[in-house]
Amino acid sequence: MTTRVGVVMFPGTNCEHDAVLALERLGVSADLVWHRTSSVRGYDALVLPGGFAHGDYLRPGAIARFSPVMEAVGRFAADGGPVVGICNGFQVLTEAGLLPGALQKNRGLRFLCTTVGVRVESSDSVLTGGIATGTELQIPVNHFEGNYTCDAGTLAVLHGEERVILRYLDNPNGSIDDIAGVCNEARNVVGLMPHPERASDPLLGSVDGSVLLAALVRSAVPRAPASVA
Amino acid sequence: MASREQFSVLVEVRLREGIADPQGATIERALPALGMTGVTGVRAGKAFRFEVSASDEGDARAQATVVADRLLANPVIEESAVTVSPGPPAGAAGSAA
Repeated sequence: MTTRVGVVMFPGTNCEHDAVLALERLGVSADLVWHRTSSVRGYDALVLPGGFAHGDYLRPGAIARFSPVMEAVGRFAADGGPVVGICNGFQVLTEAGLLPGALQKNRGLRFLCTTVGVRVESSDSVLTGGIATGTELQIPVNHFEGNYTCDAGTLAVLHGEERVILRYLDNPNGSIDDIAGVCNEARNVVGLMPHPERASDPLLGSVDGSVLLAALVRSAVPRAPASVA
Repeated sequence: MASREQFSVLVEVRLREGIADPQGATIERALPALGMTGVTGVRAGKAFRFEVSASDEGDARAQATVVADRLLANPVIEESAVTVSPGPPAGAAGSAA
């Protein structure tokens, strides 16, 4: 049975086709899921790709949180389904309360579009399962608001539970504790600012992103069609 | 049935204390070029104005606070201040101010 990944698309999302292509090349079926959809039934994993959902109006992710699909994403996550938010998708997941913290404007107020080095800090998440801790990957970032922040108590919890799954080797945006990606307590919801789908072919300069997406695919156990509304 | 009244609301959203504000810092660094050397502590924020139909001022404030807390501000990094005044907003009659 082919693994099915839903790639959630809001008005203003712009990395959905890249995500679909990168996933399909790993042998799974990937479909676009429009944000007005209120069910994600039939999918084994969900990706919230990058872009500018709802124009990033108010704050990135602030309006997307109210899209009908987000209730379904929340149920899917609560049921243990793998959910990965990339860049704007990470911002949406924090605004929706599925991940802690928030993404602020970059230190230096610069839009960043460059390839950065990141280190896998935990192999225990749906995006890093089976990848050795300490593995270094080259993956592009492309954001203005990627400066991860949270309060001291939350940071202590993230440390204590080893929920920082990716760190920048050379912090490009001022993120607290060099955080590039985090997971939730159950480790099935991950957000990261780097774009793995943009490092999925030698022509793009790196295939390191496929390493992460392949881990997501491995974590996407085919789910009983009726298990998630 | 209680009568409804219109109230005008101003919600100011600002970054919490201790959260870095690169926008405010950049504005502050530009001020000496204006000759303004005594201005410090610049913090950037957002302001929202809207009208609320409510039974009284307390009801208007309660509604506005929901809007501020659940949508306009992200409590992880921001805080908001709600100001409620009776009647239509000042300048609603067409003043460009």
